[in-house]
Amino acid sequence: MAQTTLAGGFTDPPQDAAQAFRGIMQAMARPGQIETVGGVQPPASLSVAAATLLLTLCDPDTGLHLAGGCDTPAVRGWITFHTGAPLVAATDATFVLGAWDDINLSVLPIGTPEYPDRSATVIVEVPDLAHTGATLRGPGIKDSATLHLPAITAFQHNAALFPLGLDFFFTSGAALAALPRSTKVT
Amino acid sequence: MDGSSDPNAPRKAWLSLLARSAPADVARLWAAAGLAPAHDVLRAPEIGAVMVRGRAGAVGAPFNLGEMTVTRTTVALTGGIVGHGYVQGRDKAHATHAALIDALMQTDAATQVEAAILAPLRSAADARRDTRAKRAAATKVDFFTVARGED
Repeated sequence: MAQTTLAGGFTDPPQDAAQAFRGIMQAMARPGQIETVGGVQPPASLSVAAATLLLTLCDPDTGLHLAGGCDTPAVRGWITFHTGAPLVAATDATFVLGAWDDINLSVLPIGTPEYPDRSATVIVEVPDLAHTGATLRGPGIKDSATLHLPAITAFQHNAALFPLGLDFFFTSGAALAALPRSTKVT
Repeated sequence: MDGSSDPNAPRKAWLSLLARSAPADVARLWAAAGLAPAHDVLRAPEIGAVMVRGRAGAVGAPFNLGEMTVTRTTVALTGGIVGHGYVQGRDKAHATHAALIDALMQTDAATQVEAAILAPLRSAADARRDTRAKRAAATKVDFFTVARGED
């Protein structure tokens, strides 16, 4: 096993994970706002922000599904070493990571009326994040915000499922933004 | 399943030995062996608890026996060989020694490490088990029935 597959985790896990969690929480609380997180050097096919998200939020109780190009032996080994998260099929996933075109949203768990929290959080790797394009309205947004999204109708369908549905993170390099199910996209 | 076909059996055996050995013994033998390989720390030593599970008579349904304190660490030698150390107790140096020994056992230095560190640890473990077995054997009571000879 080569060293490069395992190196690059948090250097000071409690401190680094707390700072990353603050950034992630801030992004989820203010949909459309772009936050910068870091502290890890992931394998080549992962962005820094996506890897930081996984190391901060995943543990042996959260099933992770790797979609498409993210599903490489290097990424699997790195995530297993650093988080212990089991790698599962899309239908059982708590977290899903992949490019937009590789993720099949229709099979992901959206929660149940009794437990809407038993739904998947989708981490979408995008080429870049920008405040252009779709308009976002809803909790956490004063008036409106804009964020470049890979699609629009899929997010409108997702918001219509509320209180069920999926929550999204978009990651590019060290930047991340979030789109919870409560946000209306136009 | 007797484990004889397990390709990782030798590694499991030395990791198990290192985990159960006394930290002072490991430190003394490690210093005496004079090995100081260049390495990177992939996971700094961290202390946690693991749930020990057992089966009644080794065949019953698994049950949780209790938690025990474990220290773990992971190192990588300069050549890229990764060594894991999982040891009982809270001694971080013990975990680091175990990880380095695990890594060296996967290299050409294996015979040297085996002779200088693992063999003495193994005999110490055997001696501990023998002493304990003898103490237990001394308290053994044999029950037998004497025929009364009335018939």
